[in-house]
Amino acid sequence: MRITELFDRGEFVITAEIGPPKGFHIDELLHEADEYLQDVTAINVTDCQSSVMRLGSLATCKALKDKGFNSIFQMTCRDRNRIALQSDLLSAAYFGIDNLLLLTGDHTVMGDTPQAKPVFDLDSVSLIHAVKQLENGVDLGGNELVGEPPKFAKGAVVSPCSDSVDVQLAKMERKVKAGAQYFQTQAVFESEKFITFMEKAKQFGVPVMLGVIIPKGAAMANFMNNNIAGISVPPEMIEELKADKEKAKAGITGVEITARIIKECREYCQGVHIMALGWESKVPDVLRQAGIVN
Amino acid sequence: MLITELKQKEDIMPLISAKTFVICCEGCKEVYFPADEAAEFSDELTKSATANGTVVTEYICNPEHLQLQLEKHMGKVDEAGTLLVFSCGVGVQTIAEMFADKKVFAACDTHPLPGHQGVTPLEYDCGQCGECHLGETGGICPITACSKSLVNGQCGGTKNGMCEVDKDMECGWERIYRRLEKQKRLDAMLHPVKVRDFTAGERAAKSMTTKD
Ligand code: SF4
Ligand code: SF4
Repeated sequence: MRITELFDRGEFVITAEIGPPKGFHIDELLHEADEYLQDVTAINVTDCQSSVMRLGSLATCKALKDKGFNSIFQMTCRDRNRIALQSDLLSAAYFGIDNLLLLTGDHTVMGDTPQAKPVFDLDSVSLIHAVKQLENGVDLGGNELVGEPPKFAKGAVVSPCSDSVDVQLAKMERKVKAGAQYFQTQAVFESEKFITFMEKAKQFGVPVMLGVIIPKGAAMANFMNNNIAGISVPPEMIEELKADKEKAKAGITGVEITARIIKECREYCQGVHIMALGWESKVPDVLRQAGIVN
Repeated sequence: MLITELKQKEDIMPLISAKTFVICCEGCKEVYFPADEAAEFSDELTKSATANGTVVTEYICNPEHLQLQLEKHMGKVDEAGTLLVFSCGVGVQTIAEMFADKKVFAACDTHPLPGHQGVTPLEYDCGQCGECHLGETGGICPITACSKSLVNGQCGGTKNGMCEVDKDMECGWERIYRRLEKQKRLDAMLHPVKVRDFTAGERAAKSMTTKD
């Protein structure tokens, strides 16, 4: 089911991110989804996240769908040209996978195969445009599709706590104009920044899902501050993670922080996207403490 | 922009014949050219009588201009077994095409010159994309100033205004945005979706070299 239908109904949409393994055995992934992700509306599957070669997003989405989960197919422009991207979109339509998250993608040098050719034939904006064209029954080459065109929920990303937030807002507007129907944000650790961002972003009239990462400890927070674009964990929060090492290690502090951020931001957004990064088992606790599920 | 650098003499010498005509491009504003080293090497070739003649001129990539420059040397060129060209790759190809029956050798290696700060002796760089975007990007080239050559705006990888690929390189789209902001024309950021045409660079190049 397209998650845009849920936004239209005014539902608060919950998604969780899952990263396919480096290999083709996904029993464990499916088990984790079964065990911990029953309360989420859709599972969002990354596309060789951080430019690390892994099992494909589309195959994983299909496996999740076969298990009864609603999935979101992430697509980046890093590894495929427009022919391959459009072809994979048709493949997704064939499998009945109709939720998309369309991104430019990290550069190839960021990952575990830096020798690879970075493609970027399209970018997030022109990829959204390409999907829209397919929905109109034509491809980017201007050639007509055979039969009924596909229909997708077209998602995009934005970075509300970026130090270049105005540049990000300009890009967001361009994505909306190109046809983006919902947004998922980079992880937010500063609720006020998110709220200020939403005051400006609400003019675009598209649903925004608050992105959250469950912090695993002070070291991870510091790492993200130094290395991950668009993320800054405030010093008080790092102190909070340092205060009781055992509690932080057990995930209790991380869950508390994440639930608190969701509570603070909830009335300003239309959904939440949880990037558990291996801590899928904590997702139920986060949702419960945030008061989203009982 | 391009940067050319002299090949190793040991690599060149075995290739050229005892009678070699030397064509040396003085470069142009598009190409950073090691003029002094080239002159030095070509003098050596003249002194050792390897070179039977030399022409130094600019814009050897312009065939008509080059033909004029070579007119009075044609006898020597005809006599020569090989031609050695000091120029960027475009110049070498121009000459190779003009003297299709002669062995033409490049004396230089040509590298694209990325516009990374602190690396480039020249300030601007053109990726010859054939669809110049400068009008909407405040005169900053998105093809060369952005590591992913994005034409629709900034990716999510910018941190502290720097590019995700290289922490010492300013993000090109950050620069474009700030420039447009300064010029009070941020509406340029809302340009309709651009889908690059990767045949454009080639097409532009073709239309510049063929006349009908
Ligand atoms: S936009 Fe294209 S033509 Fe213009 S300077 Fe950049 S690469 Fe060259
Ligand atoms: S960080 Fe800036 S320069 Fe680097 S790839 Fe992204 S938009 Fe381009």
